[in-house]
Amino acid sequence: MRLFSKGFSLGMIALLSVSLVAGCGTTAKTGSSDTSAPIKVGGNLELSGGTAMFGQAAQNSINLAFEQQNAKGGVLGRKLVLVSADNKSDAGESTSAVTKLVTQDKVVAVLGSMTSSVTLAAVPVVTDNKIPMISPSGTNAKLTVNPDTGEVRPWIFRACFIDPFQGQVGANFALTNLKATKAAIMIDQKSDYSKGLADAFVTNFKKGNGTITGTENYVAGSDKDFRPILTRIKSQNPDMVWLPGYYQEVGLIVKQARELGMMMPFMGGDGWDDPQLFNIAGPEALNNTFYVDHVATDDPAMATFVSDYKAKFNSVPNAMGTLGYDAANLLIKAIENAQSTDSEKVRTALENMKGFKGVAGDITIDPKTHNPQKSAVIKANKDGKPTFLTRVAPE
Amino acid sequence: MDSITTQVFQQLINGLSLGSIYALIALGYTMVYGIVKLINFAHGDVMMVGAYSGWFAITVLHLSFLPALLFSMISCALLGVLIERIAYKPLRNASRIAALITAIGVSLFLEYGGMLVVTAQVRTYPPVFPDTKFIVGGVYFKYGDIVMLITAVVLMALLHFTVQYTKVGKAMRAVSFDKEAALLMGINTNNIISFTFAIGSALAAAAGVLMGVYFNTIDPLMGIIPGLKAFVAAVLGGIGIIPGAMVGGLMLGLVESIVSGLGASTWRDAVAFLILILVLIIKPSGLFGKNVREKV
Amino acid sequence: MRNWFNRKNIVSLLGIVLLYAVVQGLIVFDIMPPFYKLTLILICIYIILSTSLNLINGITGQFSIGHAGFMAVGAYVSAMVTVIMHGPLLLGLFAGAVVSALAGLIVGLPTLRLKGDYLAIATLGFGEIVRIVFLNMDFVGGAAGFTLPSKITWTWAFLLMVVSVILIKNFVGSTHGRACISIRENEIAAESMGINTTKYKVMAFTIGAFFAGLAGGIYANYMYIIQPGTFSFLKSFDILVMVVLGGLGSISGGIVGAIVYTLISALLAGIPEWRLVITAVFLVVMMIFRPTGIMGTKEFGLSFLRKKDDKNAASKN
Repeated sequence: MRLFSKGFSLGMIALLSVSLVAGCGTTAKTGSSDTSAPIKVGGNLELSGGTAMFGQAAQNSINLAFEQQNAKGGVLGRKLVLVSADNKSDAGESTSAVTKLVTQDKVVAVLGSMTSSVTLAAVPVVTDNKIPMISPSGTNAKLTVNPDTGEVRPWIFRACFIDPFQGQVGANFALTNLKATKAAIMIDQKSDYSKGLADAFVTNFKKGNGTITGTENYVAGSDKDFRPILTRIKSQNPDMVWLPGYYQEVGLIVKQARELGMMMPFMGGDGWDDPQLFNIAGPEALNNTFYVDHVATDDPAMATFVSDYKAKFNSVPNAMGTLGYDAANLLIKAIENAQSTDSEKVRTALENMKGFKGVAGDITIDPKTHNPQKSAVIKANKDGKPTFLTRVAPE
Repeated sequence: MDSITTQVFQQLINGLSLGSIYALIALGYTMVYGIVKLINFAHGDVMMVGAYSGWFAITVLHLSFLPALLFSMISCALLGVLIERIAYKPLRNASRIAALITAIGVSLFLEYGGMLVVTAQVRTYPPVFPDTKFIVGGVYFKYGDIVMLITAVVLMALLHFTVQYTKVGKAMRAVSFDKEAALLMGINTNNIISFTFAIGSALAAAAGVLMGVYFNTIDPLMGIIPGLKAFVAAVLGGIGIIPGAMVGGLMLGLVESIVSGLGASTWRDAVAFLILILVLIIKPSGLFGKNVREKV
Repeated sequence: MRNWFNRKNIVSLLGIVLLYAVVQGLIVFDIMPPFYKLTLILICIYIILSTSLNLINGITGQFSIGHAGFMAVGAYVSAMVTVIMHGPLLLGLFAGAVVSALAGLIVGLPTLRLKGDYLAIATLGFGEIVRIVFLNMDFVGGAAGFTLPSKITWTWAFLLMVVSVILIKNFVGSTHGRACISIRENEIAAESMGINTTKYKVMAFTIGAFFAGLAGGIYANYMYIIQPGTFSFLKSFDILVMVVLGGLGSISGGIVGAIVYTLISALLAGIPEWRLVITAVFLVVMMIFRPTGIMGTKEFGLSFLRKKDDKNAASKN
């Protein structure tokens, strides 16, 4: 028997030449220690796919924040530049996008992603490479604290509240304002965010003596016909439906529910926040729906940011854009406090951040969880636009 | 009616209206396979192009529904012929697997080329159908459901008639049966095959526009999943057989809605594929197919 | 008596060792950028996948497009063994491959009596079912995916790839392999010559599944995260494309296909929006002008060295 094949050798030769080519010309390392070169910040963002609106909004506002800072002379005398990578709203793509940012572009820190599953996929990469990462709007509790060990993930930070709080706010609103006692749950099986937010709602809703009539799963991105599961929910006759999904599916679900004659309130979290929702579902179907969000754009505290954003991008920023702006400024502040772009020093500065003034509220990072304490707002969709209902302060 | 009965009837309606979408796409699939024996994986993506051209016609050219539908069908028919002439014709005598790879290539090209042109952003269809709801004994269905089902049945009947009773149809069947012999009998096989692709793609376009109107969102990757499902439907009914595609599509829709209705929505596709495999093992030529013996 | 230490084998061995050493050196001295390392390891994984699919599609002539399903089985089983059961890496990889082979056996027995396109559809359906099963298993993360540490190094990936290719190559050259080829050439004739075609079809299918599972295990233990979505029918298409691109039925072709396809993807990574468009055009053009793939059914190698050996042997006689 022949031990080695003829054909095999060709592969080897080809592979060899590839590796030689690969070896050449890459010996020079880009120096992040260079004192005049711009500071490269990675953006692992959802620029396409199911939550593209979030990533695009954040990219805009991060660029805005960097531009404003650069106009003031940058940070540590160096300009800031955003290197974006599109993770296509997909967790698998997020791993490779952030690998590219960290290893090839040699960024000093990563901003993103906007959604929890996609952020979670990037966690091992930045942890292995010791690069700080700030998720502007990833609300799942697992992002910053490892659920298996209960320890904080040293390199991960966020600029928003977490789902246990968001679910609590939602459940309390459902119990007291909507006077609901029976709720049905619809979970996007593909998203950690949706699962975490559903759990938080269920826990708090049951605490207030509510009952859950049923839980249904769907898969974002591949499902378009939700009538079979909606028909099931309808037969359970709940007072309201808790729908912690993203705007694209939420739009379709609410529309199809109304077509099936389900007129009860639908409620969800910050994943709803995009004007696209109204295009998909139609303004009428969205009456009697509510969602928990980070900020209301008609909040006077945001006026400067909103007008700056409008002047540059000719559109009103959504909550995700606002959080992206805060995350970018949080990073700038941390680099200033650290007086260095060294990743360990930036990390420590972030961990000890106190009283940072963001447009979406002050941020004080808890070193034990890396979670800021922030308030939430509840919005009602009415006649084609979200309107501010109430603000709920953290406990 | 009591609530269980209502629920069962509602699920049947849900299944039929979803099934008629699958059936519409499957008709084109099965026809192309019947004539050229090619699994045209790009069919779902032609549907996507159809949905976009319909959207373009309605929002940019401000056409009403029927002219927009026609516009989309004609442009996709041209696209279908173009694809056949450029990509599939040179491979007519190559191996099946090479032709399949080409189809995959065309499919990727339409998906990601389309993404370059229209961006990955989801577009919303303007409301074209009246928002009429019908409620019969607690069972809800809408205007779109009826349009869907009727379109599918009418197109199937038209197609069946064309293939069975017209001269072109006879030529198509001859090409399907034996290409060389058909050529010798004076049939222009190239034209017949192009014609098949034109009709198949026009059907896909119709399905695309209807799907866009029905679900009201379209994106460049919208063709992948329904394309695969329609293919399953075509095989289920017996690939190459026109009424088979219709029955296969409706069956698939019903299976999906029943499985979801039983509370196992995330197992829906697995059950559909399991049924497909079982049908293939028990009766490989599909429910409506004739068993062809292997020539020795 | 065969001389195992003929010139050809020695040259091949030297070539393999040299290649390994050069790359390993570049990695150890930190000259190789991680992105290139990722590409090289992916090439190793895809070589195993394309070679094993080639055994089913190219050598035995059975049209299977569900290879990603076996890859998923291997990936998830190995991840369960290494992470949930805290087993050693090698055990995880092996367990993944064995369970995948079992899956191949179970799927192969009933479906392999189907022919041509019908078999293709049945395997496609199987691949999708596997994906949905993992999607519904919450203890492996469901749709959001299963995170695991990256333990595979270039040494592991390369070694496993070399071993897999040699084993498959030797299987093809053996009596069993010849039987498989005879099924591809003419199943009825093979059967009338007394070959148990079902047995050999299932054998090839199971071996193919074994190595696909192994590749899945390597993938899982390298990529930080596995998700059911990664193993959709599009991944099966990718592997099929590699095989056909390189040359159906040619082991070296499968290797070339895997290298070329992975390199194209890697080179185009900088222009993501164009990547798949260019790949698509390349595929169509390639199939139109050379439908048999880069290598056809030919093998490429160092056979000229062997001929010299044979000549030497002949002149001695």
